Amino acid sequence: MKHIIDELERRREIARLGGGEARIAAQHKRGKLTARERIELLLDEGSFEEFDMYVEHRSTDFGMEKTKIPGDGVVTGWGTINGRVVYLFAKDFTVFGGSLSETHAKKIMKIQDMALTNRAPIIGLFDAGGARIQEGVAALGGYGEVFLRNVLASGVIPQISVIMGPCAGGDVYSPAMTDFIFMVRDTSYMFVTGPDVVKTVTNETVTAEELGGASIHTTKSSIADRGYDNDVEALLQMRRLMDFLPANNTSGVPVLPSCDPFDRSEPSLDTLIPDNPNKPYDIKELILKVVDEADFFEIQESFAKNIVVGFARMEGRTVGIVANQPMVLAGVLDSDASRKAARFVRFCDCFEIPIVTFVDVPGFLPGTAQEYGGLIKHGAKLLFAYSEATVPKITLITRKAYGGAYDVMSSKHIRGDVNYAWPSAEIAVMGAKGAVEILYRAELGDPEKIKARIDEYQKRFANPFVAAERGYIDEVILPRNTRRRICRALNMLQNKQAENPWKKHDNIPL
Amino acid sequence: MFKKILIANRGEIACRVIKTARKMGIRTVAVFSDADRDALHVEMADEAVHIGPAAAAESYLVIDKIVAACKATGAEAVHPGYGFLSEREAFPVALAKAGIVFIGPNPGAIAAMGDKIESKKAAARAKVSTVPGHLGEIGDPKEAVRIAREIGYPVMIKASAGGGGKGMRIAYDDKECEEGFASARSEAKSSFGDDRVFVEKFIVNPRHIEIQVLGDKHGNVVYLGERECSIQRRNQKVIEEAPSPLLDAATRKAMGEQAVALAKAVNYDSAGTVEFVAGQDRSFFFLEMNTRLQVEHPVTELVTGIDLVEQMIRVAAGEKLAFRQADIKLKGWAVESRIYAEDPYRNFLPSIGRLVRYRPPREGSSGGLTVRNDTGVTEGGEISMFYDPMIAKLVTHAPTRAAAIELQAEALDAFHIDGIQHNIPFLTALMQHPRWQSGNISTGFIKEEYPDGFAPREAAGDQLRTMAMVAAAIDHLDNERRRRISGQISGTPVRFAASRVVRLAGQEVRLTIDGGGAKPFVITLPGDDAGREQKTEVVSAWWPGDPVWTGRVGDRDISVQVRRILNGANLAWRGISVDAHVYTEREAALVALMPEKVAADTSKLLLCPMPGLVKAINVTVGQDVKAGDALCTVEAMKMENILRAERDAVVKAVNAKPGDSLAVDAVIMEFA
Repeated sequence: MKHIIDELERRREIARLGGGEARIAAQHKRGKLTARERIELLLDEGSFEEFDMYVEHRSTDFGMEKTKIPGDGVVTGWGTINGRVVYLFAKDFTVFGGSLSETHAKKIMKIQDMALTNRAPIIGLFDAGGARIQEGVAALGGYGEVFLRNVLASGVIPQISVIMGPCAGGDVYSPAMTDFIFMVRDTSYMFVTGPDVVKTVTNETVTAEELGGASIHTTKSSIADRGYDNDVEALLQMRRLMDFLPANNTSGVPVLPSCDPFDRSEPSLDTLIPDNPNKPYDIKELILKVVDEADFFEIQESFAKNIVVGFARMEGRTVGIVANQPMVLAGVLDSDASRKAARFVRFCDCFEIPIVTFVDVPGFLPGTAQEYGGLIKHGAKLLFAYSEATVPKITLITRKAYGGAYDVMSSKHIRGDVNYAWPSAEIAVMGAKGAVEILYRAELGDPEKIKARIDEYQKRFANPFVAAERGYIDEVILPRNTRRRICRALNMLQNKQAENPWKKHDNIPL
Repeated sequence: MFKKILIANRGEIACRVIKTARKMGIRTVAVFSDADRDALHVEMADEAVHIGPAAAAESYLVIDKIVAACKATGAEAVHPGYGFLSEREAFPVALAKAGIVFIGPNPGAIAAMGDKIESKKAAARAKVSTVPGHLGEIGDPKEAVRIAREIGYPVMIKASAGGGGKGMRIAYDDKECEEGFASARSEAKSSFGDDRVFVEKFIVNPRHIEIQVLGDKHGNVVYLGERECSIQRRNQKVIEEAPSPLLDAATRKAMGEQAVALAKAVNYDSAGTVEFVAGQDRSFFFLEMNTRLQVEHPVTELVTGIDLVEQMIRVAAGEKLAFRQADIKLKGWAVESRIYAEDPYRNFLPSIGRLVRYRPPREGSSGGLTVRNDTGVTEGGEISMFYDPMIAKLVTHAPTRAAAIELQAEALDAFHIDGIQHNIPFLTALMQHPRWQSGNISTGFIKEEYPDGFAPREAAGDQLRTMAMVAAAIDHLDNERRRRISGQISGTPVRFAASRVVRLAGQEVRLTIDGGGAKPFVITLPGDDAGREQKTEVVSAWWPGDPVWTGRVGDRDISVQVRRILNGANLAWRGISVDAHVYTEREAALVALMPEKVAADTSKLLLCPMPGLVKAINVTVGQDVKAGDALCTVEAMKMENILRAERDAVVKAVNAKPGDSLAVDAVIMEFA
């Protein structure tokens, strides 16, 4: 029997070596870790169980039958992150450059199927050269089947992609259909067609980094949700992220024991809103002072900074935070901010994560750039996302809630469950100056009269009570008590049952 | 006694006076400008009167408004604090006219001590030791040289009306004296509109030592020991202590008696301070007299047990001093740090903004150790550009100087401020400085010891290991908790590696960690400096989210500032600041494979050095600039800062325009 066991060990040893020592050294030299090293960092120690370690490709064209390497360019299996199951696949750049063959795709599909059937998250680590050209259409077929499974799993289990090397051509669409994409700075890039093709077709000269590096995708294209400095930093942060995410769409959010008192008072929030209504303040101070232990995992922090979204916990339970950021463009809603927040709200709604919204919004951004860019439909995405969401929704208006943007930001009218306002809230069609200039056009020549009108409008509408008188605001709360109020409201809503009418799916204005 | 007094000041000193008044059963009236509507002194006072716009010249400095506020509220007396109107002769005169008592010296005493030359003459008459020199006006350079030779070089040439280092020259020979005379004179003329200068002996390695005096309206004057304020940065006091490590009893007595003689000579009838410059040989010479309560008065209060504000109020009400000189005993040692809103890493540039977090250390006395924090701010308050950037005065008192310094260091470690930059990192480092600890100081201390500005202390040896252990304890606590997350699969408990590698300050510390939960952590380090295995118990009630880790490492209680960074924590303690990452051995091995990130090249950018307002852009795109050319002006804290080209370059882009308000590190322009 011993020699049979030895044979198993021998074959495992070969498989684990992937493309061999030289290629591993080359991978390290590029500042990248190997697939198996990455998995070690991502998962609990010793928890990884690899599947399909001995799978080899079946191609016989171009002499491929002579080079077979067990694993075929992708490492798949499952393990745990702080004891919770995740499935994963990691492209192995040391084996055929991580390129996708038919059998390689099959390995991924197996893991995708298991993750979906067993309702646990799936994480893909990308570092590959695209389709294996020798395999031609068989590789393309493989891509298609992987894509289909991404779509079927969407909204059922969290799917996370981490780009840790090249990711081009067919490889990009699988990550594109997952919930979140993270990238490693300087060593990863992502594009549909690379710099050479770009040069040929459009005559543009760009580097891979300029075309699809982490800095581009986190700040300009918003393809990536965050960038990290290296593999280790990225993978350890993935462990942190997974602690926020539910296993699937019916499991409910994970609970992490918390020492942070639910009724922690923050007197300094009473002075967060500056006396001057045009002076900005940092909404992140509010977020960090309200959530558990000031622990906030921000999504897309470098894109559309006029809105802040991310995960946090209240009394140990995950919540999604959406907040206008007065520090950037006065917190205005534009196309980018609307799309960013809409996608986040929909993620939360898919996975039963309650949404806490902090509102300080002067309206939608005017201008041809915005209108030509389709602001109407982009803005509608956020409105749509909030309206269809059936998870607990708690809204707090800190200062401005003007015009249509007031309705959009999780207002009572679109099924906000608990809508709070600080005493500094101003809920109105628009700011006093703008309103008066329309209402009293005839008096515009007389600055004194206009000033009196502005004061009058300010007095009447620049407060939360007009809205509260109508029940649009459930309660006006003291800033210092915000955490206690939201914690209580979330507890009160824990058994919320709300359903949308049966439909095949909705038709969000994409 | 008064029933109600008004405090014509703001910030910590207003709060300080209110505390004593409340203790004495006196009602208080605060005054406030637009910028101070929500300030702590307004909240603490029984009543508050709004006196105008934020600019002090239109509010706190307007005598009529203060008088009107007194009348409106029925305040019988006014405490001026320090600064603002405290040393303006016109103020007590105006108050007296309105029938209001000034809690401070009589106007005659203020006038007598207000002029540098006049006060020196008065001091000489009172037989106070003055710096050898010529007090009269000097007509021409020749006369200056003659006098300098008489006194002996080095000499200092000084403007009569001067202050803040303006119109001051040091000369070591005749030539320097002639030149210095001319330039001091022209600078005095342009700065103060008064070109009178005088010459005096320049003291090498001087120390700043001052005597606190206290007089009443019945001719009694006592001295309450000395304060040493030699730790200064650009003539701004940073650390003060009482007593002075330099003085012996005989010198103290001589200085005290001279100070009292001077006070008596001008009929001084309140709390005042006689400032001396002292040589390292304990020679001392009169500098000037401050006719008000000093910022650093708390160190005197802690070593004498006398509440100076209370005494000022009592003597202003006509009471006789209740003690004589023989009753005054100095007990223990007190050290005060001034905590300023300034960025020690950027050449102490002012930093304004919101105090997102403000958590001073716990105040109180126990076992002969006292921590006192005089402040005028609260968490959520604003450090505005309109006033002095001092946030707080942290004072500690202990039986010995060493113990007072140790207590100060500990209190500074526990002092958490966030939202603005502040000098606590500098102060904590300074407290560890061997020369400061030895007491061998002079007014040149900061310039000599930090010639290139401030950088955090290097972490090494036991201190490095202590930080590694705190990092490990923090990491362990967080891991333990994360491994109690809901939704885990059964059967495979998460394994918990006890051996850890802490990476910090470019070094690795290997250790194993056990225990936790209700029990202390036991951390084993494979070797100390001597290579011995070291087992240390670490106990703390810290929880994630608390910005200060307080606990016991071995037999030592410490407080460490903790700031979350990606996958780790920045720890600051005793002037050390390190980014610490705690890894398993495997993780550490993989981290070692990661390339060093090179910081972005900012040499072709002009970055805004502080948050501020662009006042002027002096160049245009395409312009050739030479090193030293003015590029733009940024105003912060009312100070106009001219940013200059560091090297020859061509302006490629200008990203800001006058009127823009910029954050720190905002790109103002780019160079080709």
